[in-house]
Amino acid sequence: MASRTVDKESPFAWSGVRTVFVCKGTGCVSGGSEEIYQALKREVESSEVDGIKVDFTGCHGFCQRGPLIDIEPDGFFYTEVKVEDIPEIVHSHLVNGYPVERLFYHDPLTGKAIPYYRDITFYAKQQRIVLRNCGHINPEKIEDYLAVGGYRALKKVFLDMTPEQVIEEVKKSGLRGRGGAGFPTGQKWEFCRGAPGKEKYLICNGDEGDPGAFMDRSILEADPHSVIEGMIIAAYAIGATQGYIYCRAEYPLAVERLKIALKQAEERGLLGDNILDSNFDFQIELKEGAGAFVCGEETGLMMSIEGRRGMPRSRPPFPAISGLWGKPTNINNVKSFASVPVIIDHGAGWYASIGTETSKGTAVFALTGKTQNSGLIEVPMGISLGDIIYEIGGGIIEGKRFKAAQTGGPSGGCLPASMLDQPVDYESLTQAGSMMGSGGMVVVDEDTCMVDLARYFLSFTQAESCGKCVPCRVGTRHMLNILERITRGEGQPGDIERLNKLAQLVKNGSLCGLGQTAPNPVLTTIRYFRDEYTAHVDEKRCPALVCTELISYYILPDKCQGCRICLRDCPAGAISGGKRMVHIIDQDKCIKCGSCLDVCPTRFSAVVQVSGEKVAVPSKPIPVTVSKTKKGASAKPSID
Amino acid sequence: MISLTIDGQKVKVSEGMTVYEAAKAAGIYIPTLCYHPYLTPYGACRLCVVEIDKMRGFPTSCTTPASDGMVVSSDTPQLQELRRDILELILTEHPYVCLTCERKQDCKPYRASIRKVGVTTGCQFCPKNGRCELQEVANYIGIEEITLPYEYKELPIDRADPFFERDYNLCILCGRCVRVCQEVRGAGAIAFTYRGSEALIGTAFGRSLQESGCQFCGACVDICPTGALAERGRKWEGLADKQVVTTCPYCGVGCQLELEVKRDRVIGVSPKGDGALNRGQACVRGRFGIPEIVHHPQRLRTPMVKRNGQLVEVTWDEALDTIANRLSKYKGEEIAIISCAECTNEDSYVIQKLARVVLATNNVDHYARLCHAPTIASLSQSFDGGAMTNSIAEIGGASCILVIGVNITASHPVVGVEVKRAIGRGGKLIVANPHRVELCRFADLWLQHRPGTEVALLGGIMRVIIDQGLMDTAFIKERCDRFDAFRESLNGFDLGTVETITGVPQSQVAEAARIYASCQPASIIYGDGITQQCHGGDNVLAIANLAMLTGNIGKPSAGVNPLGGLNNVQGACDMGVMPDLYPGYQAVADSASKERFESAWGCSLEAAPGLTLVEILQAIQRGQIKAVYVIGSDAVLNREALKGLDFLVSQGMFLSEVSQLADVVLPAASFVEKEGTFTNAERRVQLVRKAIEPIGGSRPDWWIICQLAQRLGGRGFDFNDPSQIMKEITTLVPSYKGISFQRLDGGGLQWPCISEQHSGTPILYLETFDGGRGKFVPLDYKSPAELADGDYPLILTTEPSLYYFHAGAMEVGLGEFSVLNGGASVEVNPVDAIKLGISDGEAVRVVSRRGEVEAKVKVADVLPVGVVSMALHFAQGIVNPVIDPVSKIPEYKVCAVKIIRGEVVYQG
Repeated sequence: MASRTVDKESPFAWSGVRTVFVCKGTGCVSGGSEEIYQALKREVESSEVDGIKVDFTGCHGFCQRGPLIDIEPDGFFYTEVKVEDIPEIVHSHLVNGYPVERLFYHDPLTGKAIPYYRDITFYAKQQRIVLRNCGHINPEKIEDYLAVGGYRALKKVFLDMTPEQVIEEVKKSGLRGRGGAGFPTGQKWEFCRGAPGKEKYLICNGDEGDPGAFMDRSILEADPHSVIEGMIIAAYAIGATQGYIYCRAEYPLAVERLKIALKQAEERGLLGDNILDSNFDFQIELKEGAGAFVCGEETGLMMSIEGRRGMPRSRPPFPAISGLWGKPTNINNVKSFASVPVIIDHGAGWYASIGTETSKGTAVFALTGKTQNSGLIEVPMGISLGDIIYEIGGGIIEGKRFKAAQTGGPSGGCLPASMLDQPVDYESLTQAGSMMGSGGMVVVDEDTCMVDLARYFLSFTQAESCGKCVPCRVGTRHMLNILERITRGEGQPGDIERLNKLAQLVKNGSLCGLGQTAPNPVLTTIRYFRDEYTAHVDEKRCPALVCTELISYYILPDKCQGCRICLRDCPAGAISGGKRMVHIIDQDKCIKCGSCLDVCPTRFSAVVQVSGEKVAVPSKPIPVTVSKTKKGASAKPSID
Repeated sequence: MISLTIDGQKVKVSEGMTVYEAAKAAGIYIPTLCYHPYLTPYGACRLCVVEIDKMRGFPTSCTTPASDGMVVSSDTPQLQELRRDILELILTEHPYVCLTCERKQDCKPYRASIRKVGVTTGCQFCPKNGRCELQEVANYIGIEEITLPYEYKELPIDRADPFFERDYNLCILCGRCVRVCQEVRGAGAIAFTYRGSEALIGTAFGRSLQESGCQFCGACVDICPTGALAERGRKWEGLADKQVVTTCPYCGVGCQLELEVKRDRVIGVSPKGDGALNRGQACVRGRFGIPEIVHHPQRLRTPMVKRNGQLVEVTWDEALDTIANRLSKYKGEEIAIISCAECTNEDSYVIQKLARVVLATNNVDHYARLCHAPTIASLSQSFDGGAMTNSIAEIGGASCILVIGVNITASHPVVGVEVKRAIGRGGKLIVANPHRVELCRFADLWLQHRPGTEVALLGGIMRVIIDQGLMDTAFIKERCDRFDAFRESLNGFDLGTVETITGVPQSQVAEAARIYASCQPASIIYGDGITQQCHGGDNVLAIANLAMLTGNIGKPSAGVNPLGGLNNVQGACDMGVMPDLYPGYQAVADSASKERFESAWGCSLEAAPGLTLVEILQAIQRGQIKAVYVIGSDAVLNREALKGLDFLVSQGMFLSEVSQLADVVLPAASFVEKEGTFTNAERRVQLVRKAIEPIGGSRPDWWIICQLAQRLGGRGFDFNDPSQIMKEITTLVPSYKGISFQRLDGGGLQWPCISEQHSGTPILYLETFDGGRGKFVPLDYKSPAELADGDYPLILTTEPSLYYFHAGAMEVGLGEFSVLNGGASVEVNPVDAIKLGISDGEAVRVVSRRGEVEAKVKVADVLPVGVVSMALHFAQGIVNPVIDPVSKIPEYKVCAVKIIRGEVVYQG
């Protein structure tokens, strides 16, 4: 019903019902979307305009530009919205039909405003299957999920399919474990189904611990029912009667939404005894982790559910034979379960048509780091690394040079520019020394030191090692010690070989996936960026100017204007000089905080950061050279 | 059976074994530091890596199940290199200079290392030097150089707790200690703390072991492959000269221990693993108590005779002549021998023989009167035989265990290990105990009944079983008598009445009935909590009824399993150290038995049964008994009662309270200094082997008794060796007929062992009861002799203590043990504490109609309101000596007391 205030002239005048979706994913909530949501509701109510519903969704994936507002069904997309913008959105756009252009996404290259999210390159190149509902439905309403075809696959399974047919369908789809190892999901289910024993367990692994990764969190927050539906289908296929969702306690919103979703599913008879009159019983219990990275490892996770210290154990026996409490157990990642309903619904053939020969379907990545656009993305398997970074990510910010992409989390590998044409799938990544992992993708530019990056990731894995097996516990510590030594400029000849040897030892000797993959960042950085290592070890030089102990700051005598800004800002009192005198940094006192570089007026650019080289400076302050340019001569630095 | 190939060798093993175990069985050595046969596979040290065809990488053999057709290589150059590298990593965190030194053979103990490196970072001063598994592995792998930097953890050595020290600088984090503590002992006192390279072994919040629930069983020390955990007592002793396997003298379990002997000193003890009933486990008493007791400076070394009121040292001849002279002046009925359940079977046999043959009296009794007598009396009535029906090793296989009236983890810790094993396999546990004992933590159901109400509790359970038709009708019909009369007798035990009497909610009684009757096989374990009552015999009968009712007799992992107090209660009873029974439970009152023994011993014997322990004490006061010979434990004796004697002999290891009153004191050798046998609770006769010569002038009990008997003109005491005594026993005790020292050398035998070919009897009454049919005994509930009243408003119950284990011959209350116990204390419920206005730690007097003791208050919610508890050790003077009419056991478990806040200074 059209409101009487609608301006008939406006090209965006709307006479039907529109829904204004405010993103309430963790990223947008931290940006204030809860307040925006409340303000929007108030504003719409007081505007007395008809046909406008205010609702919220989970994560859209474009958290970088949050808080986000999406107006459906036309698909207007507002980014970086503030509470103050709400009256304008309501009155200008919703009431009068004039969208607020300044809140559109602006293409970083062309500067063009893009009103619809589907036109934004970030989304345009994606293929969202797992994330199909994320950002489009209210995750706290089962009705929303049902309205987009939710639980249709479940009905199909219960009405038309035997467990064996379900397994066959999943096998045919080519779905592989999205937790990172990539084991064929259908085969895993088949093992567990075939394992002797009446009691069987099903676990959803939501213990996403990789730094910078938030794929599972976003799905659990934005579309929890798809995971639950996938789990019920899997349980039916395997013959499990008890399920667990193991979710990080650091994801309070995901936990909250899962609780709501589980309750709703129970109320609708989708969980519990005799589901949909199928004589099949299945319950799901939610377990919260306690912040140990290693509990994302399946056997460690099961120990944690059992109430013990999360310490992985050797396989075989595999969980499919002896898992939780010694019973056959199937454990899959959040994304694997979320893929299942679509596969059943659309058919295995459709799913298998996406992706490559060996890696079917899509991959979800948390694209972070130095790209223009960052956030959660879903792409068909086999897309090139370059396409992800340049098409979806929009390239590197500030026009810098791409240096490497770290895929697969802290135990993945760093791929250099020469790998940009590489297809992204399980085999190619493994071959390149990295891995699919659970989907972290950190892009770094030329300002990143690869030795330091390896040190950072290793410091994470060695601290998160459970301490059980010798190679992981002791070996990673020795590796870290060597890396720290190198970044401090104390590298010794042979260190690179020592690192390689230790890395092989840790890889071959460790008990679980954590240790077996922890050396990957070190091995790949040595493989692709060996020159940076040799620069550190042999020349005591950090080419990226990152390693503090290896860099120095100098004030160029011919550029310094003696303005005293850096002198006053230096926290260490390392700069000497006076008014109109060339300043000098005392290298012994300098703590390399870089504040002199930051504060030196750009028109002087007198401070330089160097590594492995010396800049000739006077031994004591001398009068500044008068600049030869006219402007320079009269330029009086802004002193106070 | 499956067959696999390891290093080209075909190996056949049973299914379920790991590759490591298969290799070990085939005699192929694979190095490992974290594997241990008692523990579940772990795979942390990574040294046991192997290569297996069709498997990726390097799987650990200790975790990989062996499968049919597997092809395994354990010794490729690649594996050896991987192992060397891993060992190198281990050694960067463990002192290694001696391990890699090429001249280590030249090093001598107690000299600084020849490499002139700090001796503390080498092996020479490590308590495990020579016993260290890391040394063994390093030798095998042959490590010559460590290229990675060594990082000493610089952790302070943990010395706060008794018995052993924890030096985590030597820890390699194999996790064996944590696993044995959790998986085997169920204690969970230690755990991994922190993670990554910071990971360590420790207690919750870094507290002391005592605070974290450690029971000092020593399993962690035994299982530690390095010097990280080491006994303080033997830290500087070095390697032992020899190991002697013997039987632990501390409780009825009869754990097999290896005494480590060096230059006539016992320097350490470790539980025996292979083939021993205790499967490598022991408890604090056996593990740490023995060296301390055996070599205690207060051990008696010389015989003493009282002259002018003073005990003076004399020669053995003088002492024995004195005794012979004095005793020969009394008539048989004026003499009594009070023996001890810690004596060997051979000691016990000659003791009762001395009484009957030489002193012409049946007045001979011992400690079993105070724990085991109702078992013998009642089980003989029900089954025609009074002993544990099944074996300790079977307990772990039970589907249900009812533990009643015993705090197993304190009194018989290794049986506690078996109970926890059963729980670990999914067995149900019902604990019936007024006191919240440690096992309650593991129990599916804890029945907290009032002390002394067991007949009602068990009656209620049996009533439910019958009402719900859960009994084993076929078993009852085929093997038992008097069921109808018994069923009638349960009419009075409706759940309402039972709840009123016991204080246990009806639903719990019904649940207990359901669990016990439906989980087969079900085992009942009981102890002095139900026997030390004035109707202790009835309690045992009720238990026998319950077992028969559900057909839990004559089956593996079922049965009625009493646990006596002292180690050789069973053996001393078997040997007839009782006033009414000859060896082998042949009644004195039975003329045929009497004639048999008269002809065997070549003398005429007194026809009337003698006096029991408590009756002897009463007879002393009446002046009827004039001379008493006390052997061993005096814990149970009231000093005052002995003051009226003419003549008192005390024979033991220490100068006890009794021996201070004695006219003659004889120093007895400890079990370490003599040969003999003990018979444990499960009827297993096991060897006691001599490890060292008797300390000072002490002599074995059997030797002393035989010397004395000969001086008194006794014939048939010319034994040179305990094995000769056993030979005589086998001729008179039918159930011991097939036993000899020679056979026992290969392991214990459970009686009845009726011939030299018979392999013993682990389970009694498999086919029939000894008397043919089992007998149900109808029972009425009788209340305890003394109930709380206005004057004495509280009920006192007593408990044995893990750390204060009986006074006397083998007292463990000395030295470091006293640290653990902390003196006399009385546990009071918080409700009562508020009512009485007393607070935790306060010194009070606990007063009964018989006397009073001082104790420190321990407020804890572990008892029903109105009930307080003390260790029996400290409450001797106030408990009620009223006795059971049949078995003559006194009622130590229930008496009325009051607690008085007084101006007493606590002396702990």
